[in-house]
Amino acid sequence: MDDLLKEFLAETSEALDLLDSELVELEQRPDDPALLGSIFRVMHTIKGTCGFLGLPRLEAVAHAAEDVLGRVRDGTLILSQDAVSLVLRALDRIKLLVAELGASGGEPEGNDADLIESLSRLANSPTSQSSESTPTKSEKTHDAKPAGKLFDRVGGASAIDAACEMACIDFLSQTKLPGGVESDMLHVQAALTGGLSAAAQAVAGIDIHQVVDCLVENGWADEDLAILKEGLRKALSSFSVGDADIEELLSFVCPTRVTLPQAAPVPVAAHVEDKPEPKAEELAAASHGAASQTQTLRVNISVLEDLMTMVSELVLTRNQLLQILRSYGDSPFAAPLQRLNQVTGDLQESVMMTRMQPIGNAWGKLPRLVRDLSQELNKKIELVMVGAETELDRQILESIRDPLTHMVRNSADHGIETVSERLAAGKPECGTIRLSARHEGGHIVVQISDDGRGLPTARIREKVIASGLATEAQLDAMSEQQIQQFIFRAGLSTASAVTNVSGRGVGMDVVRSNIERIGGVIEFHSEAGVGSRFLIKIPLTLAIVSALIVECAGERFAMPQSSVVELVRISRSSSQSVEEINGRPVYRLRDKLLPLVSLREILDLPSSSGGKIETGDGTYFVVSQVGNFVFGIVVDHIFDAEEIVVKPVSRTMRHIPCFSGTTILGDGQVIMILDPNGLAGSIAGSPHVEAAAPPTVADHHLRARDAVPMLVFQAGTGGPKAVPLSLIARLEEADLSTAEQAGDRTVLQYRGGLMPLIDFDGQPSPRIGKRQILVFVDGGRMLGLVVDKVLDIVEATLNLQLAAGTHPGLLGSAVIAGHSTDVIDTVHYLRRSDADWFEVETEKPYGDDGDCSILLVEDSAFFRNLLMPMLKLAGYHVTVAEHGEAALKICRDGKTFDVIVSDIEMPGLSGFDLARELQRDSQTSGVPLIALSSHASPKDIERAMSQGFSEYVTKLDPKALLTTLSKVLSSEVTKRELAA
Amino acid sequence: MSIATSRDVGAEHGAAAAGLAAEDYVTMKVAGQAFGIPVLLVRDVLGPQRITRVPLAPPEVAGSLNLRGRIVTAIDMRKRLGVPEEGFVSRAMAVVVEHEDEPFSLLVDEVGEVLSVPIAHREVVPATLSENWRSLAEGVYRLDDRLLVVLNIASVLSPVRANA
Repeated sequence: MDDLLKEFLAETSEALDLLDSELVELEQRPDDPALLGSIFRVMHTIKGTCGFLGLPRLEAVAHAAEDVLGRVRDGTLILSQDAVSLVLRALDRIKLLVAELGASGGEPEGNDADLIESLSRLANSPTSQSSESTPTKSEKTHDAKPAGKLFDRVGGASAIDAACEMACIDFLSQTKLPGGVESDMLHVQAALTGGLSAAAQAVAGIDIHQVVDCLVENGWADEDLAILKEGLRKALSSFSVGDADIEELLSFVCPTRVTLPQAAPVPVAAHVEDKPEPKAEELAAASHGAASQTQTLRVNISVLEDLMTMVSELVLTRNQLLQILRSYGDSPFAAPLQRLNQVTGDLQESVMMTRMQPIGNAWGKLPRLVRDLSQELNKKIELVMVGAETELDRQILESIRDPLTHMVRNSADHGIETVSERLAAGKPECGTIRLSARHEGGHIVVQISDDGRGLPTARIREKVIASGLATEAQLDAMSEQQIQQFIFRAGLSTASAVTNVSGRGVGMDVVRSNIERIGGVIEFHSEAGVGSRFLIKIPLTLAIVSALIVECAGERFAMPQSSVVELVRISRSSSQSVEEINGRPVYRLRDKLLPLVSLREILDLPSSSGGKIETGDGTYFVVSQVGNFVFGIVVDHIFDAEEIVVKPVSRTMRHIPCFSGTTILGDGQVIMILDPNGLAGSIAGSPHVEAAAPPTVADHHLRARDAVPMLVFQAGTGGPKAVPLSLIARLEEADLSTAEQAGDRTVLQYRGGLMPLIDFDGQPSPRIGKRQILVFVDGGRMLGLVVDKVLDIVEATLNLQLAAGTHPGLLGSAVIAGHSTDVIDTVHYLRRSDADWFEVETEKPYGDDGDCSILLVEDSAFFRNLLMPMLKLAGYHVTVAEHGEAALKICRDGKTFDVIVSDIEMPGLSGFDLARELQRDSQTSGVPLIALSSHASPKDIERAMSQGFSEYVTKLDPKALLTTLSKVLSSEVTKRELAA
Repeated sequence: MSIATSRDVGAEHGAAAAGLAAEDYVTMKVAGQAFGIPVLLVRDVLGPQRITRVPLAPPEVAGSLNLRGRIVTAIDMRKRLGVPEEGFVSRAMAVVVEHEDEPFSLLVDEVGEVLSVPIAHREVVPATLSENWRSLAEGVYRLDDRLLVVLNIASVLSPVRANA
């Protein structure tokens, strides 16, 4: 297949996809000239190109469709639903032909007479509107001749189009120009058409003279131009255009501007003269006029895939090099390797970007689908799409295309009711299907919702019982939501009748398995009479994922972080241990019973202790969630999390469900990537049962209401120390002899950066021995706090019993896990390592006005002590109130504040009560309120907002508080300035 | 690449059939028996490698190894030939071949020289061999000091590929 044809195929299939949705849009907004213009142009280009390439069937169909569109554009034909359907049919035919062309390299045999017949009947139908054929553009008439404008006299855009096309074909057969002009001629034709139309209408557009200039600079001799003009003349006269008009039009086709009969239109391709060697591309540029020229390049996908593979190799090699470097300490290779490290990282990111595509590409066909369905099913359906520009990996895009289509089809078929049903239910007659996509922390969340009849749980129940998937008793024990998830089970279609549209046996189970195959999860929510909603969460990319490395029976495995809920270690001395029910291990995790499986057993690995769960120095398990099934996977050891490059499993082992891929670790070893879906599937006797409901978000918050997970460790002298876990980014162990001296600090090369290390006394850490390090990360900054030993992670209520002593790094002491424990002041250490840690974005709290005062209402001494120094450091004047009553008193005593930050849960007057009181007082009602809480469910936030808080921040995110403060305050300033 | 190679081999087969040429084989030994693989099919010969066991894989699969960033499936030839030996995998040599665009490494006791053997010395596989061996072997060469069994890569890999 030659390149020209390939290019045509690529361009055309893109254009066709676009046409589909544009036509549907046009049906809704028939009077949008820009939209119509765009559709017409695309159709015309297809027709024109087919003419060049000698594809008569395609050309004929496109031509007939173009005629219809031309009538619509000229305002002589009203675009009825039938007309759109007919044009869509033509489009389908074109698609079919193009597909065939792509497969075989030639047009298939066949006849389109019927279609063309209907199209031309429509195109030639009597004018359906009073022929007000002067488009609005022609109002700016310069030379008012009695018979109307030149543009109209020659027959409008379609005549000029056709003439240029004929002239160009003619020209090709006569020219003596060197070969290879065929492809350029397409651009020439487009440019000529645009130029002549603009000139004839005397409107701004493509400057015909520049086009000619450009041709001359490309080596066109006078005789070439003469041939072209002759061709135009011949073509126009064959359209029975008057000789005078022809001459007038042809007078534009000359290289200089001096002979212009009228002022030149605004030049658009001004760069033509500037370039020393203009090429044919500029003609193309000129033909696109002022339209934005996107700097893109078509690249074959296989090239990108190769690039990706090579970058993956590079990443692995880099990892290996870095690993070797670590064991050498001072090496002359250190600096260049760091550089290599960085460049590789950047390269990897760039290459990943080339694989990203907007999710809208998977949606392109949906508007058409919904339109066709709504007609077929006699319903009124509107498709709303939000976030089409959200980007995700090409590979994932391909995998969700079909599931999405299926779900939208389902919504249209089962979800949305007929018009009469809707009206009877008191809903608007037009149903809405809403498709939205957004990024959410390394994932894409896609939602498909409709406002239809919903899925009655009773019906699912019946079906489930009928198909024997569960007994009535089992169902009784389930929540409504759990029952609803049954729609993802094989062989369950709730459509009462199998329609042409859905219910053909390919059900939601296929959708689910498709989504899960790419590491996504899908949930279904429905409310009878109100609508239903599918929620899909998928990873951004499959190529590189963050994974947890675990060990079992001496073998290492990687486990995708996305499926890891939490890690648990049960030490021997722990009061709770693994219990057994009929030999099956279970564990009481907080207040839920967690079934455990041994990775050793699932993978049939040799076992040293007779199949029993190892309790040497403790049992480690990874809590994983698949769908609604939460279970613990017992492993021997848990290592660090690592970014791994996912490679496909060899075909010989693809049948093993437990593995989703392979990867090579930094030390060069190959390891398998575990697939939690497969693991759950291979658990004996427990298929994907939705038996164990996951702890819902609300549960989590109930628990977290008072308790905060604290990391307890040993450092310095005295008893154990603790720090809120959420402040710590990672725990590391490193040989400090590899650390380096930089100025008066000790630094460690860590994850491509330098991490200062300090000890518990805030001094640069001595560079000896293997030590555990608590890593604090904030944006690009890191700090390692070297500790003697990490003891445990416990949930504890923070009730500081004793005020801080003499040690500057302590906030105070609390009873944690039965011991008196010192809680460290993180801010102190961060300040020690980097004096301006907290002052980057907040050097000036807002505007130029640096003085602003904050009232901090917080009952917990810990948070008071954590937040106050931080706020002070950021330059605010902080007044502290220990409870709501105190806050009110301070306010009523006449002190004014620029902003009040208040905790929600407080004894006595709660944050909500305080907000209400403050709103009531005229003096304080205008002061912005920021809610501070340890939990942030949407419900909490909503409640806070309704009570008068303007912002909501979680307690453990000091940075968010600073950002919010600065945001609130600056908006206050603006408000005040506006008022003034 | 593999397509081109197999075409070359085919061409040589043709020439060999006409009695004009000899064939080149990489020779190797498994449990004392000499085997040969057409030299153009062999990508690499490696010393003992760190091989990661793959749980639940077919018994003939010894695991995966890392060959310059590519993940190669290792086949335990002793198990494949029905002469297993404890501790074999950790000391085995690896002959890397490419089959249907996927790399495989055949673990053998030792790898010998590349032999050019006259096609005239080729014999059919004796019918008395066990069925397993007959399916693996393409032919036998009579050499002066030993018999060289020519392996058919597709058959060697067939039990592990059956799952694919």
